[in-house]
Amino acid sequence: MTDDTTTPHGAGAEGTPPAPDTPLVELRGAGKSYGNVRALHGVDLTVDAGRVTCVLGDNGAGKSTLIKIVSGLHRHTEGEFLVDGRPVRFATPRDALARGIATVYQDLATVPLMPVWRNFFLGSELTKGPWPLRRLDIARMKRTADRELRDMGIVLDDLEQPVGTLSGGQRQSVAIARAVHFGARVLILDEPTAALGVRQSGVVLKYIAAARDRGLGVVFITHNPHHAYMVGDHFSVLRLGTLELSADRGDVGLEELTDHMAGGAELAALKHELAQVRGVDARELPEEADLTAPWRRPRKAAPDPAPPSGGT
Amino acid sequence: MSTAQRAGSAVGTPQTPGPGGADGRAARRPAVLRLLARPEVGVFLGAAAVLVFFLVAAPSVRHGSSMATILYQSSTIGIMALPVALLMIGGEFDLSSGVAVITSALAASMLSYQLTVNVWTGVVVALVLSLAIGALNGWMVVRTGLPSFLVTLGTFLILQGVNLAVTKLVTDNVATDDISDMDGFGQARRIFASSFDAGGVQVKITVVWWLVFAALATWVLLRTRYGNWVFAVGGDEGSARAVGVPVTFTKITLFMLVGLGAWFVGMHNLFSFNTVQSGEGVGQELIYIAAAVIGGCLLTGGQGSAIGPVFGAFMFGMVQQGIVYAGWNPDWFKAFLGVMLLGAVLINLWVRRTATRR
Repeated sequence: MTDDTTTPHGAGAEGTPPAPDTPLVELRGAGKSYGNVRALHGVDLTVDAGRVTCVLGDNGAGKSTLIKIVSGLHRHTEGEFLVDGRPVRFATPRDALARGIATVYQDLATVPLMPVWRNFFLGSELTKGPWPLRRLDIARMKRTADRELRDMGIVLDDLEQPVGTLSGGQRQSVAIARAVHFGARVLILDEPTAALGVRQSGVVLKYIAAARDRGLGVVFITHNPHHAYMVGDHFSVLRLGTLELSADRGDVGLEELTDHMAGGAELAALKHELAQVRGVDARELPEEADLTAPWRRPRKAAPDPAPPSGGT
Repeated sequence: MSTAQRAGSAVGTPQTPGPGGADGRAARRPAVLRLLARPEVGVFLGAAAVLVFFLVAAPSVRHGSSMATILYQSSTIGIMALPVALLMIGGEFDLSSGVAVITSALAASMLSYQLTVNVWTGVVVALVLSLAIGALNGWMVVRTGLPSFLVTLGTFLILQGVNLAVTKLVTDNVATDDISDMDGFGQARRIFASSFDAGGVQVKITVVWWLVFAALATWVLLRTRYGNWVFAVGGDEGSARAVGVPVTFTKITLFMLVGLGAWFVGMHNLFSFNTVQSGEGVGQELIYIAAAVIGGCLLTGGQGSAIGPVFGAFMFGMVQQGIVYAGWNPDWFKAFLGVMLLGAVLINLWVRRTATRR
């Protein structure tokens, strides 16, 4: 917070021309202020088909604000937000959904006591028959849900079981499969592994990869660099509402990613100071020189040194 | 990984290795447990137990005419218990449902009598009024986000006061005037309050309506989009809204359904007894709610059935009349109700824990 010049943020203001392969979703210098509080500022983000873009950050770093903009819950107050290369401004999450941007929130938007297949089609039920006798096409819904889940590699032998009886990873996967089925091109996953154990997290990571392989652009929000590094193609680290790092997989290692996540750049600057303090072991902190990941796609990144006063 | 894959192909996700992995455990729950977890099974067993108990304890229950009386008693509770149960599955309460029945009957009776019009005019106006009360309840609950307990407690008190005050104002009495000699009364009575002969036993038509409504409610609940929405708004309102379920519409229409039920029972009361006592109905709302809860509807919403409350209402009717036939002090009725209610709540609690355990 005290030393902004060490962040790579200041490095980039080149204004690269748009790539010929237009990204599905693109943020250019986007930001969001809640009254006086600037929760997000000057953030660039691209989501390409068949790629996983990881957004990392500590609590209050602006991750939630970022996804709320992309998923249509909030409107950005600065910068640009483009879908398929065209600027957009969503009024509601339904608008985002109509453009193929689906968000799987932490609470998953499932109803625990309802069967899996009913949850899968909730709000978009398939029906048959004329009006007074219009009824749910249960056979078709079960068939479709089963096929979609299998396509994602999820095998449940009883679609009648309440979603609440599934494990956390399975529930997450059902929510992902549902989003994929209902035409999502961009899938935003809000901390899908946050509440899960190691094994269940693995399950979810596998489905993230499956969604990517089906050609979806995935935005994977997490505060776990290990999870991010397993599936990510691009990494954006948010810190106090601005981008701390934006690098492709080839340009950044797990260790460096972790360092950035932990506020490494800032800590590195403080290393020599911390080394003087008794009881603080600063030897393992990275040197500033170690944090070398290049700044990728930093379009219009306004080099504003003033950090926002608070996160989300 | 290979062992995991083999295990996974049978049950659960392939990615969860190891014996007894968390995934797939639910699928292996014994069939008996899954059957018991169905909300209406417990109440069915309970109703059967109560029936057998009184068949043994009170020989006169075995007569067809006694059974017809028991079923009639059950149907007047049961018809209202249905919409109350649907509303409960949808996550809300209606404490005004008991007095709303009387409001509807009073409106139909006084309007027809005072204006000297065909009783059907009063019936239709009462229907509109009942639906409007339901819609108002629903709108206030959705709009304010207050617990429906509070909102409908308010409506309950309002209606209770209005029932008494307006009746006294209009008729100078606590009851309405007899409308049995008015135009259309006979016709309306045939629909709302007649009896028919079934194998030498006079059965009230409300029993038939009760079962028809229960079948209809079951179909709506399990086979239509609306039914899906009812479960969803009660189970998790936020999630339901997030996936595009029209939460406001669903809740308001559920309250209106309670209004519809109140109208029907109100019309039955009116055309059975020709007059309406304006102070009645207080306390009935709790009987309806109890029947729904005993019928396996989760007090917090999201689970239940329409067939469960049928058995719940039958248990009430059975106990209420059975005590009389057995020659016991009818004061015991409420004590029985309390015991049944507590038992049902405990079963519900267990079901919820079983269903959501992971």
